[in-house]
Amino acid sequence: MFFKNFLFHMGRYTMMLGTSFSRPEKSYMYYKETMRQMNDIGIGSLVIVGLISIFIGAVTAVQFLYQLDGTLVPVYYIGYIIRDSTIIELAPTITCLVLAGKVGSNMAAEIGGMRQKEHIDAMEIMGVNTAAYLIMPKVIAALVVIPMLVAIAAFVSVIGGYLAAVPTGLMSDAEYIQGVRAFFEPFNVIMMFVKALVFAFLLTTISCYQGYYVRGGSIELGQASTNAVVFSDIMILLADYIIAVLLTG
Amino acid sequence: MIRAENIYKSFEENEVLKGISTEFFPGKTNLIIGRSGAGKTVLLKLLIGLLKPTTGKVFFDKVDFFSLGKREVRNIRMQVGMLFQASALFDSMTVEENIRFPLDMFTNMTWKEKKDRVNFCLERVSLGKVNDSYPSEISGGMQKRVGIARAIVLNPKYLFCDEPNSGLDPKTSIVIDELIHDITIENNITTVINTHDMNSVMEIGDNVILLYQGQIAWRGNRDDVLHSDNEVLHDFMFASPFLQQLRDSALQK
Repeated sequence: MFFKNFLFHMGRYTMMLGTSFSRPEKSYMYYKETMRQMNDIGIGSLVIVGLISIFIGAVTAVQFLYQLDGTLVPVYYIGYIIRDSTIIELAPTITCLVLAGKVGSNMAAEIGGMRQKEHIDAMEIMGVNTAAYLIMPKVIAALVVIPMLVAIAAFVSVIGGYLAAVPTGLMSDAEYIQGVRAFFEPFNVIMMFVKALVFAFLLTTISCYQGYYVRGGSIELGQASTNAVVFSDIMILLADYIIAVLLTG
Repeated sequence: MIRAENIYKSFEENEVLKGISTEFFPGKTNLIIGRSGAGKTVLLKLLIGLLKPTTGKVFFDKVDFFSLGKREVRNIRMQVGMLFQASALFDSMTVEENIRFPLDMFTNMTWKEKKDRVNFCLERVSLGKVNDSYPSEISGGMQKRVGIARAIVLNPKYLFCDEPNSGLDPKTSIVIDELIHDITIENNITTVINTHDMNSVMEIGDNVILLYQGQIAWRGNRDDVLHSDNEVLHDFMFASPFLQQLRDSALQK
């Protein structure tokens, strides 16, 4: 039963993607919708992403200082650890997990609400390819904006680490900057963007899928919204592992 | 003209439509009536192509709708207007943007041409100065009118209305009915209305089919209703003793 369900959803998800990425009826309308989505996803998530990133950096700094206390590891390593842990893992993964909660649930609720209020039927009857019009702009917007948010998150995390470590006297300014500049591997940034792109695609398409096929009333809409977050999070973590294996192996 | 030919529709074990064959004529308001659960909405969704029949065919002017490819379906749909039960206006758009949406999506009209067309449609449904209002800021009756304006903005050949009077007071219902009827005649549209409002039947029922347990139990027009001896029609139209008395006195006169 579980396997049959899994195959059913995978098949429908793949078909939805196939329909979503077809030629737009009117490019300008899709462009306008994409811009609106970029604003919603990007500007709308800037504060929460910034806030979380500051604390990720700060907590990482404080906890690593605690762990390294009394060891022979040089203190400047803290800057190095914060930089690489945020670039490789924390910025893309935590940001996208948070965005799955914020943006993903919103997308599922928005599209699901449109389904229940017959807005999607109305567009279908007009001749609009609703899967394309409602999903493609969201996916494109997410693919453009989420990597930017992740880059900002990585940068802000490093600042967060600085704020937690330097003004409090846990380490000196020079030590932190030395750490941040040490052993820099540009490939890690590529890995961060690969993760951001894959996670962005997963969280938007899974959330849109949950909303697009919602049936019933408000309870089902709530479930779709929850499922969007849960399944996006699971798939992000799974993809995180796969990317880590593939790119670091 | 729209023709349904021997339509059957089942949902798993439940057979909702059982061999519906009928025609809907241009320039006339064609009504599908029946009690709740009779299969009206399913039939309407089949006619529009939102559902596929288990067996049977739907023809739009001799074109078999369900044999068409995606592009041809889209071409037919661009000739279709639809008024939904709850109007289905897009909440995030203003009234003007709602009506302009099909024009933006499917035409190469200039901004001024679109604006003129939107204003024309708004005037046609007797609405003025609501261009910048959002659907939530106008009344239910006004929302229906905006829905009609959006449905006719591309000059459709076919107009479908799902319960156009639901949630409206009797006076506003008559206004909406008359508006749909007038637009149908003016533009020679094939209009199909799904309703259980007996006022609509008596006001604008040019061609009426009554669905009962998934089959057509009666067909005729508003003039035939009073004189028909079809029991299913009587049970539906004159459900209360008061309405039965009215019918009897009308027949005596």
